[in-house]
Amino acid sequence: MSSEPLLRLENVGKRFGGLTVLDQLSFSVHGGEIVGLVGPNGSGKTTTINVISGVHQADVGRVIFEGHEIQRLPSFRIAHRGINRSFQVPKCFREMSVRENVEVAATFANRGEVEIDGILEQVGLTSQADIQAGSLTVNQQKMLDLGRALATNPRILLVDEIGAGLNPAELGGIASLLTSLAARGIALIVVEHLLDFLNRITNRVIVLGAGRLLFEGPLKEASQDPEVVAAFIGG
Amino acid sequence: MRKSIPSLRGPAIVLAVLAFVFLMAPEFYTNHSVLLTMMTFMGLAQGLNLLYGFTGYLPFGYVGFFGTGAYATSLLVTFTGLPILVCVLGGGLAAALIALILGPLLRLSGAYFSIANLAASQIIYFIVANEDLKSITGGPYGIKIEQVYAPHASYLTMLALLLVVTALAAYFRLSRFGLGLKAMNQDPVSAAFAGVNVVRERLIVWLVSAAMAGMIGGTYAWDLSVFYPSAVFTLQISVFAIVFALFGGVGTVIGPLLGAAVLYMLYDGIGVSAPQYFELIYGALIVGLVLFLPNGLMSLLTRRRINVL
Ligand SMILES: Nc1ncnc2c1ncn2[C@@H]1O[C@H](COP(=O)(O)OP(=O)(O)OP(=O)(O)O)[C@@H](O)[C@H]1O
Ligand SMILES: [Mg+2]
Repeated sequence: MSSEPLLRLENVGKRFGGLTVLDQLSFSVHGGEIVGLVGPNGSGKTTTINVISGVHQADVGRVIFEGHEIQRLPSFRIAHRGINRSFQVPKCFREMSVRENVEVAATFANRGEVEIDGILEQVGLTSQADIQAGSLTVNQQKMLDLGRALATNPRILLVDEIGAGLNPAELGGIASLLTSLAARGIALIVVEHLLDFLNRITNRVIVLGAGRLLFEGPLKEASQDPEVVAAFIGG
Repeated sequence: MRKSIPSLRGPAIVLAVLAFVFLMAPEFYTNHSVLLTMMTFMGLAQGLNLLYGFTGYLPFGYVGFFGTGAYATSLLVTFTGLPILVCVLGGGLAAALIALILGPLLRLSGAYFSIANLAASQIIYFIVANEDLKSITGGPYGIKIEQVYAPHASYLTMLALLLVVTALAAYFRLSRFGLGLKAMNQDPVSAAFAGVNVVRERLIVWLVSAAMAGMIGGTYAWDLSVFYPSAVFTLQISVFAIVFALFGGVGTVIGPLLGAAVLYMLYDGIGVSAPQYFELIYGALIVGLVLFLPNGLMSLLTRRRINVL
């Protein structure tokens, strides 16, 4: 790995009321890398993405992107800097066409020209380009969510459970899309419960348990780690 | 890609028709006050549409900006003697200033925003109408600015404001700025990740909408030239602006104009002579609207996939 990471979390902590959701969380991600983020339900995976993307602010700690602290920036500024994401429950502009959804992001992100048709093709929505986003299936909406993120020309992409509910062929398509993005130098953090899928595209995973980093390394070794096993079985 | 220069033909036609109608109307219909009040409500319905139709915030207290503009304009006339158009502009600025102070209300959602805005407008009313401020605002006894009375000039000014607020609605509908509004109206979080500065866009619309109500209020005050505080702070003004805009169809350019014109004529035709029937018909209209045409008159066209401005 090159020396300077693209994104670094330093001792990030987040509480909701009395509940500690992220606890002293630190890790780094380099350009072109796909990092898996796994853990039991409620372990803080989505919250990690929310904190990086400015949906929630960390209570303590720092988030450093390209050498600058971003933990106090609002989401639209974070998007302007080149961090983008998809949502576990897809969010799109329901009363706009599929194409318009992508165009909005291309228009407002201020991150250079993007090829709308190319993005629609990448996410497999070319033939749906002119229909209303609200009438897509949930899986198609997830792809549109990703397309909206890609239209901002991101340097790092946070993908929250895009695989849930997809069949093996669709999963294969997404795996090759994500690896091709990484090959272009985009860093990806991929939250996923489907370990086979992660195994195919990552060489490193981060395992969270109750908001703490339990393990960092190749997925195969994670299953031998007693803390990880305890977190998944215990809870 | 979206056309970078949207077609300006539609807005140009709407503005030309508006200007033509209200420049010609006095030739055929000599009741100045009816025509001026009609433009006032068309302007207010359109100004409210800027906010509600394009951001989803429904300001029950919209009259507060109208009244603020009326009083700020009158006080500027009384105490500074600046040219009347500068005073009207000052009325708009005063309303925008109040909106800026009330900016945090935009963090509230739905009914909470509407009710807080309503309360704010009543606070302004009570302050202005307070007996203790008699020497400045005239308190409950009202205010006089007869020295600037000029019905022809105030009529043309009101028409100009109606054209401006309508041009703004067209801008919100057709521009890049408007595309951002449309996105954040459908999903503010996604809009932020598309790069839209949601908080700033919303605040700009809020200030612009308030400023328009303020200038319209200032011009209305100029035209009345003698009025009680209740004349420019009555909640009926908010209610009319809301009902007129909804009746025509919010989020469009033509809808609020049409809604205000039709309902105001109805009000003027039967509301004044037979108020009891008017209330009945009005009530029935509102119920019918909510049940059968929740998106207003314009939805009769959009449902048939006819593109409207
Ligand atoms: N906005 C919020 N307010 C209060 N509590 C929250 C909020 N968001 C998340 N939580 C809580 O924080 C904990 C972590 O939630 P998070 O969504 O990050 O988990 P996750 O790892 O993504 O889980 P899943 O696999 O179910 O998606 C949970 O207990 C959740 O209930
Ligand atoms: Mg989650």
